Parts: sequence; structure tokens; C-alpha cells
Amino acid sequence: MIKVINPGLQTTVQDLGRMGYYEIGMPPSGAMDKYSHRAANLLVGNDEFAATLEITYMGPTLEFQQDAVIALTGGDIPPRVNNTPVSMWETIQVKSGDQLSFDFVKQGARVYLAIAGGFEVPTVLGSKSTYTLCGIGGYEGRALQTGDLLKVGDGMQRPVRVGTCVPKGLIPEFSRTHEIRVIMGLCSYRLTDESKDRFLSLEWTVTPEANRVGYRFKGERLNFVPREQPFGAGSNPSNVVDLGYPIGSIQVPDGVEPICLLNDAVTGGGYATIATVISTDLNRMAQIKTNEKVRFLPVTLDEALEARRVLNDRLNQIKQITNK
Amino acid sequence: MTRYEHGGDEFIFVELAEEMSLEANFKAMAITNKVREKQYPGIIDICPSNASYMVRVNPDLFHPEQLIQELRTLEQQVTIDDFEISARIVDVPILFEDPWTHEAVMRFRDRHQDPNSTDLEYAARINGYQSKEALIQAITDFPYLVSMVGFVPGLPWCYQMVPREQQIEVPKYVRPRTFTPERAFGFGGAFAVIYPVQGAGGYQLFGVAAAPIYQKEPTLPDFQDSMTFPRQGDIFRYRKIDRDEFDTIRMQVEQGTFRYLTKEITFTPHDVIQNPKQFSENVLGRLYR
Repeated sequence: MIKVINPGLQTTVQDLGRMGYYEIGMPPSGAMDKYSHRAANLLVGNDEFAATLEITYMGPTLEFQQDAVIALTGGDIPPRVNNTPVSMWETIQVKSGDQLSFDFVKQGARVYLAIAGGFEVPTVLGSKSTYTLCGIGGYEGRALQTGDLLKVGDGMQRPVRVGTCVPKGLIPEFSRTHEIRVIMGLCSYRLTDESKDRFLSLEWTVTPEANRVGYRFKGERLNFVPREQPFGAGSNPSNVVDLGYPIGSIQVPDGVEPICLLNDAVTGGGYATIATVISTDLNRMAQIKTNEKVRFLPVTLDEALEARRVLNDRLNQIKQITNK
Repeated sequence: MTRYEHGGDEFIFVELAEEMSLEANFKAMAITNKVREKQYPGIIDICPSNASYMVRVNPDLFHPEQLIQELRTLEQQVTIDDFEISARIVDVPILFEDPWTHEAVMRFRDRHQDPNSTDLEYAARINGYQSKEALIQAITDFPYLVSMVGFVPGLPWCYQMVPREQQIEVPKYVRPRTFTPERAFGFGGAFAVIYPVQGAGGYQLFGVAAAPIYQKEPTLPDFQDSMTFPRQGDIFRYRKIDRDEFDTIRMQVEQGTFRYLTKEITFTPHDVIQNPKQFSENVLGRLYR
């Protein structure tokens, strides 16, 4: 068992997500930074789907009531075991009675804690991921609270030698300004050409409204091409007949502040979506904090698929390192 | 003119029409049914929506451009003429002007087009009804097609099966509310909805549904197979109830005995589009027979 001494700001159980239920309005949830989540699991010998803890901004204090092999990946929230700093991106042994805690965040926003065997919570619709809005999955459908007792599962596939680490070249770095690649489209025809250009040239500031549901950005007002609204859409120029929202899609309600929808977002609605963050860069979105700056960089589908290939290749390298 | 768009590298969004119509909705339903049948590799989600649909694919298994080619072919092949829908007709009891949504409505007056009237009074006026009672009657007289499910688990978008000139249309709130009560019955654009869980929302609020449409842990027989009740293609009849009936239903829900009154139906888009009024009468006759 692992006892929660202090839950941190928001610590939830996540895996690779609840897939296949989008059409009933069930968002996938799951780890926001899947690269880090996967790497953490590989470092402890788990299946990549095993549940990890997603730690946001301020880390928890956890007490291990059993010996365990763990790994911490993601943004840099410096971890300590019994108050002594330990490495991230490395296979670590902890003993029964050890306490894991964290310093203030240095870069990035989310850390993933994997444990050999995975965190054991009930599977709901094929996933252990927490979806707090509906209270589904994870630990009682919510973020961790003081006193919670987490069970360790038996999902370890192969032992990984303690001290195995991910080489520097495969560890992502996060700064305070971010370039996030998007594919333009969906309903971007609704924006004026000038606003489309402004969307891509402006440096957007992340507002405090930045969480697992989505990130909202401040910059300047964007304008929509005037038209007589089609039947059923609603009267605001940013309205369309309610449609599906891709994960990572960006909408601009009333033209005021763009919102990028993420893992726990609503699955559809009546706002024109203008672009979608490519799947690989959703990992990077997860590591962006309030007040940091974001520029959206348009790419083609081929470029997005190439980025995906590069990321898969990096994960395969980690797989080989942890398989030795 | 149909638009095929990439939502990043995993989603394909297909807009069949910019405006809402039963034709576009049935067409999206027919195409997504075919996509399901075809069992293409790598498909993760198939999401029919009101006048559009969306497919999520693993691009490592099926190239999105190739999938678009397939979807274009389906668009040409599939018609709504030879398409049959097997669905349920459902009696959905609504308490209009209930105390809970009324409280929410009053709390967010500053976000509304007309702070001096309620959502129902405002909607009645801009749709040319003499009174809010007349609007309630228009809402409850004719059944709705569940044209899309989503937003949050189980929220049904419902499109009334009446000729265009008879359809109710209302704007969404100027700025969305931060609170909507669970089971609130609302209207936005041309769509009636029930909010399955408490949360944010921008639709005009008219009342509250007596029974749930979403259950995380099923206690009612209607939820034994799925946490969510509405399915695309269902026909919902919103029925006005009084407080006594509302309280009775609430008690049945608490006791785990409530069951929606439903009847099975098979129909074609043609049946609806050709003569919505006749179709509605048949539906209601069948439901309450």
C-alpha cells in the first residue's frame, strides 16, 4: 500500500485513456503527457497502459508501506525520498517506510509516477483513468486526498535493473515559451483571413483556466466572417450547428479567448473549431503552466505524421534501454 | 457541399451541411452506420453528430487521407432512401419552471440577452408565442429525434420533428453559466437537451427532467447495460408534468423502480421528412396506446 500523507495540488490515477466511448460523450481522460507516462511505465517494467499517478504543479507526499520499484518522469518537479533528492527518468528502489515528496516546480507542469505492477484501481469502461467531472475511474472517481491508501497491482511484465535511466537526448525539455504545432482547418473558414494570420503570429498567454479539461489563452479578439447564421446554429458569429470536438481542437467562443480542449473536455458543442493540436504536441501542452507563452505553428498532415514517427522511435529506444 | 477536414493527425471531421436538417442528420447516421459495418483498421471512435460526423483513427494503422477517400466513396453510395432506423420512442417527463433551474436562471441574469425576463418568457417572445404556456405546448406537442449524443456522457441533442417554419430556435446565453443543475431541460439553437450532470452550460433553461438520463452506478433497470440512456435515433416525447407526478417519479427513482415508458419502432427517414405531422401522430399513438 501507498499512503497519501498530502495529496499535492491535483494528483490523479491515469492510464492511456478510456477509448471508444467518445460518441456517447465520454472523453478519454488518461495521462495528459503520454510520452512521459509511457516512459515511466517502461522504466519499471510495466505495460505502457498501466496506471500511473499524474502529479500537477505541486507534488504530493506519499508514504510507501511496502518495498517498491518506481520511476518519475515528465516536467521537473524535483523529487525527494526521505528528504534526499532522487533522479527523475530513472528506475529507483524505495523501501517500506520511505516518504516521497517534491520541491517546487522548476519546469513543466506534470510529473508521472509509475510503480512496478501499476496502481490498482477498478477498471471502468476499459480504463483506470480518473474523470473527475462525472466521478468515474481512478481512486473513487476523484483526485487523491489525505489518508487515501493506494494498492499496487501485479501488472509488472519484466524486471528492470534499478539505476536504469533514460539518456538526456530522450528527455524532453520545457521552457516558458512554447511552440505548439497545429493542423489548421475544421471550421477555420469562419475566421477572417486577418484573424487567421493573427492566431498564428500572436504570442498567446495561458490564463489560470488551464487544466485537464482545456487551456484558455489571452491575446486579442479574433473576428469571424460576417454571415447570416445557418438554421440551428445560434446567433453568435462563433456558433455553428453543434458538432463533435476533436481532442486538441481550438475554439474561440465569441472571438474572445481561444480554448484548446484536452483529455477531460466536452466531446461536442456549438462553437466553431479552427485548428487541432497534433497528437505528439498534446504531450507538450500538458507541460505548459499558467502565464507561459504559446505560439501556434501550422503544419501539414505529413509533418504531423513525421513527428509521430519520431516520437514512436524515441519510445522504442527507451523500450530497448529498459529491456536490457 | 461536404467538407472533409483533418482534426490533427487522428481525427477526420466531415461536415455534410452548415445548417441543421433532418436530411443531413439521417445522412450522417447512415454513413456512420456503414463506417461501423466496414470495420476499417485502426478506427478508435465513430461519432455521428447533428449535420456532421467525426472519426478518430490511429494513423499508424490507417492513413487519414486514405480513410477520407473511403468516406468520400461512402458519401456517394449511401442514401437515406433505403435506410431504416430501429429505435425507441420514449416518454420523458419534464417539470417546467421548477424551483431548481429557476434558481440557476435567476443567478445568471447578468449573462443573459434579456435580464428582465426568465429564459422561458424570453424564448416564447422571440419565437412569437403569446405566452410561455403556448411555448410549453409547442415544445411538448411534437416528439424529437435524438440527433446527437455528447458534450458530457449521455447528453442528448434533440431536434423536433416538425416543418422548419414551426421549429423553435433560441440563442445560447451571451456568456455561459458556470452552474447548471443536474437533469436541467434546456434549449439552444434548434436543439432541446437534458444536462445529465451538474456543470457549466449555455442553453436557455426551461425546466427539469424527473428521471435521470445518466447513472454512474446503475440502480435503475434502464441503466443495466449502459451508464447513458439516450441513443442517437431515439425519439423523445417531452411531456409536461405537475409537481405531484414529479415527486412520485423522484420517489420511484430513489427506490430503484422507475422505468422509462418506451416502445420499439422501425422507421425510414422518408416517413419523417415526407409528413412530420403524420409521423408524430403515429409515434404518440404508438407510445401511449
